[in-house]
Amino acid sequence: MSQPDDSAILSRPRYGTLSPVEANFHVFVADDSGGETILSLAQSLPDDFFNNAEIIYVNTDSENNQSVIDGLEALGCPRLYIGPSIAAALPRLRTSLDRMRMGTQVYLSGSESLLGMATMTAMEAGLDHQALQTEHRGSLARRVQCVHCKGITENVTTQPADCDHCGLLLFVRDHYSRRAAAFQGVNINAEDPSDVPAKEEIYS
Amino acid sequence: MSMLASLDVVVTDVVTVNSLIKRFHFARADGSPLPAFSGGAHIVIEMQDGDTIRRTPYSLMSSPLNTQDYQVSIRRDDEGRGGSLFMHNKVTKGMSMKIGYPANLFSLDKRAPKHLMFAGGIGITPFLAQIHQLIKTNGNFELHYSARNEELGAYSEELKQLLGHRLHVYYDDQDQRIDFDALLSSQPTGTHVYVCGPAPMIEHVIQRSAAHGWPDAHVHFEHFAKAPPGEAFTVELQTSNKKIEVGENQSMLEAMEAAGVDAPYLCRGGACGQCETNVLECDGNLQHEDHWLEDDERASGKKVMPCVSRFKGSRLVLDR
Amino acid sequence: MATSAKDLPFREETFRDDFTFKNSPETVLRAPFPFDKDSYMYAVNMELHRDGRPGTAYEAPIDVDEHYVSEMKDRALVLDEDPLRYQSLPHMTLAGWDTLELLMTCKAETYPEWFSLTRDGDNWHWVNRPMGIDQHFVFGDESTLPYAPLEYITRQAQGDFCVLDERDGNLWMDAGMVTTQADWSLDFDIGMNFFEWHAPVPLAHEKGIFKRALKYLLSIQQGNPARRLNWTMTVNPRLDTSPENYHIWGPENTHITPENVADKLFLRIELQSFWRLPRSNALLFPIRCYFLSMRDLSTVPKWATRMHRVLQTLPPEIASYKGLDNYREIAINWLSQFDDGKPTSEGPHPD
Ligand code: FES
Repeated sequence: MSQPDDSAILSRPRYGTLSPVEANFHVFVADDSGGETILSLAQSLPDDFFNNAEIIYVNTDSENNQSVIDGLEALGCPRLYIGPSIAAALPRLRTSLDRMRMGTQVYLSGSESLLGMATMTAMEAGLDHQALQTEHRGSLARRVQCVHCKGITENVTTQPADCDHCGLLLFVRDHYSRRAAAFQGVNINAEDPSDVPAKEEIYS
Repeated sequence: MSMLASLDVVVTDVVTVNSLIKRFHFARADGSPLPAFSGGAHIVIEMQDGDTIRRTPYSLMSSPLNTQDYQVSIRRDDEGRGGSLFMHNKVTKGMSMKIGYPANLFSLDKRAPKHLMFAGGIGITPFLAQIHQLIKTNGNFELHYSARNEELGAYSEELKQLLGHRLHVYYDDQDQRIDFDALLSSQPTGTHVYVCGPAPMIEHVIQRSAAHGWPDAHVHFEHFAKAPPGEAFTVELQTSNKKIEVGENQSMLEAMEAAGVDAPYLCRGGACGQCETNVLECDGNLQHEDHWLEDDERASGKKVMPCVSRFKGSRLVLDR
Repeated sequence: MATSAKDLPFREETFRDDFTFKNSPETVLRAPFPFDKDSYMYAVNMELHRDGRPGTAYEAPIDVDEHYVSEMKDRALVLDEDPLRYQSLPHMTLAGWDTLELLMTCKAETYPEWFSLTRDGDNWHWVNRPMGIDQHFVFGDESTLPYAPLEYITRQAQGDFCVLDERDGNLWMDAGMVTTQADWSLDFDIGMNFFEWHAPVPLAHEKGIFKRALKYLLSIQQGNPARRLNWTMTVNPRLDTSPENYHIWGPENTHITPENVADKLFLRIELQSFWRLPRSNALLFPIRCYFLSMRDLSTVPKWATRMHRVLQTLPPEIASYKGLDNYREIAINWLSQFDDGKPTSEGPHPD
């Protein structure tokens, strides 16, 4: 019975800053530079905090992430997973969440793809979006769902952008679906396909 | 919304449940079926008490699938403004009455893999309707029901028959207490918790579930405030260009209605937000009794919920 | 003398390819013309949806007109091509049954010569004569119908249908049948809340319009439905102007010329109504589409005049959002011949 808050007004996701809250269990999911968020948070958390926590870290850039990995290992969290890609980490996240009790808080930090796909997984597991916190780190690249063929194109950095699946040139709208973890792409030159606007790099 | 369609009903039975509670049965006056509803819904009962019309919300306790017989249980409140006393003392079998269509501010979340319910005293009534609904749809739930003593634990025998191990009853006089912390820390992901009962119980569940990390959206409560009696006062209604007197046993909303002003409402218990009204001038103190306004809105002195709140002072002008 | 839709036969016509859709003069006159003034600004003007005047689209709570049978054929074609236009999240089945009950009882009561519903407890018998359907089923038992209840009944009802779950002081687009949409995608928007699915509408958020609209919608009670009108324009009487197929119908937006504007450009009116459903506490949101060609409008002098003035004064961002930029000027020029510059009478109804 609370009033809807203004921050929910647009469908576009808004990312914040992670800040641990009272909860029975804490799950951290991060990719690449998102791991640094966990490390900096850890400095102000009690030593035994990670006894009731799980960390899932996606490392797509081993050369640059070694110090982050060392740091995460030093936290002494009994449940630490380090995987090579978001896709590889999601089944692990889902299994963990399925076994949890109410009162679990999930903290996500990293790329838009990680935030979107981990959010989708957590919601499928029955978590409320209020039990999720997100912090954006690293690439601004978007996941875009083509409204025409429904295919999802990863790592979109331009406006407009090509659909990887049907090839239509898509205008990336600021309209975001948490269920699809993607922005909506609509053909930009449907009225006149010979009019091909130039692509601009805006999400990198 | 007084221009809204309502239902003409007859009282088909009045049953004494225990020393404090009576149950009222209603059927449609013309014999046609009543509307189906959803568990947790309430109806607003219109009472013609002398020359005042009272409209008071009560939770429906009958099965939402039963369209022949609506039931509400009403606890007598000797200190209140008289709604429950009117029902207890004046309403008899065969009487014609008007009720609003069912409205629900305490709905089950149909996505939940499990429903955890806490009832205190007369707060059991919305759960009775919800339980019928969940049994029909094979829902997963458990009900924890606490009452002062066995005599006042209305419907606990019927519930035991119906629910078996899904029911847990606690009697204060036998020193039995619900272990909220244990229950709130052991529920599977996706569980929703529901509480209806005395205000301290509701506050406690809200506070403990937050402490255990439950998101607000999973915590549901039926928080009807009662419009308290108080000193009479005067209100000016700018849009309607009227000056009205709010009697000791009247709410501001009732006084507006009595003056023929069409004011919106849904719950009449300070919970739904529909009656929210802008305060244009206020020389005195607003006595907020609702559960709707945020602290800053109260502090601003610019909003009031006329279904429950009152005023003390020399001049109050509302945008209505 | 107003004519009721009941007197009319159902037309055989198409909403694609050769576009044989046509309004009879009676159907033009009963359209819910959306402009009650000579200018337009986005607003959510709700009113109670009650038995309106005879000879208007408001006459019945759920309107059935001469286009019924052909619209249902077009819906079936869309669903064959793209089954994702109907979706229902798992917790919405009860709301589907509520919708089925509401539409069946409304239609059987208003149009007894076309529809009948006989109930014996949970054993129901539904007859839809215009579509040749005779169905016995058990209310609440999905296995007794050829489709899920929401899909079943909305394959037999004109207009799009969104079913909104109420939770957490908000409304969630959790089920729907959307084949005649004006440029929004159910598949993308499903599961979104009220503010999320309205995110692309310009100007309205800043004005707090949606906050007020949501509050109104949450207050809607059983037995007291509400309605509002919305509008856009469409080239050709194409029901399925979905974003999914935008790359197919989009080029038509450039096909309007001064010669063809009268018959090829349509005012597309949406009659939106809002119904509280009993068992699920969900809100049913039917969006019924009415087409009037510019020539249809010109048969009602007041409407042609008003359309002219609305298009002239429309804020550019709203014109763009509605996709009118390609043909707005052409329409204004054609309509100007009906505008005598004199004031129009109040309200939307013909003089
Ligand atoms: S009527 Fe619901 S808060 Fe006043």
